[in-house]
Amino acid sequence: MIDNPKTGMSLIVKTITRLTVGLILLFGIYIVLHGHLSPGGGFAGGVIIALSLVHLILAFGRDAKVSKISMNLASNLESLGALMFLSVALLGFLGGSFFLNVFKKGAPFKLFSSGTIPFSNIAISLKVGVGLFAIFLALIILEGTKRKK
Amino acid sequence: MELHLLLLFMIFAAIVAIEVKDLLSSVIGVGAVGFALCLAFLILKAPDLAITQLVVEILCLIILIRATINKDLPLTIEGRWVFNTVSTLVFVAVFLFFAFLALKEMPVFGNPIMGVVKRYLEQGTAQTGAVNLVTAIILDFRAYDTLGEATVLFTSVIGIMAVLRRPGRKKIEEKSHD
Repeated sequence: MIDNPKTGMSLIVKTITRLTVGLILLFGIYIVLHGHLSPGGGFAGGVIIALSLVHLILAFGRDAKVSKISMNLASNLESLGALMFLSVALLGFLGGSFFLNVFKKGAPFKLFSSGTIPFSNIAISLKVGVGLFAIFLALIILEGTKRKK
Repeated sequence: MELHLLLLFMIFAAIVAIEVKDLLSSVIGVGAVGFALCLAFLILKAPDLAITQLVVEILCLIILIRATINKDLPLTIEGRWVFNTVSTLVFVAVFLFFAFLALKEMPVFGNPIMGVVKRYLEQGTAQTGAVNLVTAIILDFRAYDTLGEATVLFTSVIGIMAVLRRPGRKKIEEKSHD
């Protein structure tokens, strides 16, 4: 489906991209989920996830439609991330105040610990990653319409 | 020592980015400043900031290169050089004066005198359960700041999508065809 030699970069770049793009995506998800244990967090992990999608578009060309994320879906997902973050903030009212960490803290150094912080990380990563990818898509579409003239 | 070398390199790269005629070389100069800043964060033992700076810098470079490549925009700096030089010197003098006044009041570099930070460092893990104290501060103690930051990013994305959206541009093209 995506082996059109006329669009995108050369065969070498396409092959390397096919091998590495999944690893980059996995690394981004790892950085997001381990944000409360190791350096990183929602912002950095979200940008890495966005970079893996940008990587695909750069290698295979704009018209290949490899990422299957359109502008509308991107803006909807970004709004979903923002709403998730706000709802995590409003969850604090269960305990009495805004942004209170209401869940059980759990043991330190465990993946499932520290209450609402992982949920905030996931929401921020969704927002940041999809938002920056939407900016990239908008610029690419702009360039495409310019070239058609 | 390494920090001073890095700072000198950043100043040099920034001057190159301003002075060079080619737009692509200028973008690469800006990228060199960003990556040197990433190394500076690593030397100052802030890996969270270093990771974020690195990935954001890569994304910015890609977007800037996509935006500037195939386009040879010559920078026009001829004419009115007397006015330009004088205004630059005046602004540099004003900036240095106020920076001197402000920096005189700062604590010594690397000397935390704020009591709040000490309390966070001592009780952060016990109170939030997060081992990474940076995340504990930005998503628990100071989560309201993070909400404002997220709002800023959301607004900027909405602004870019509104400026670059398709229907508005099509309407303008139809009008120009009429």
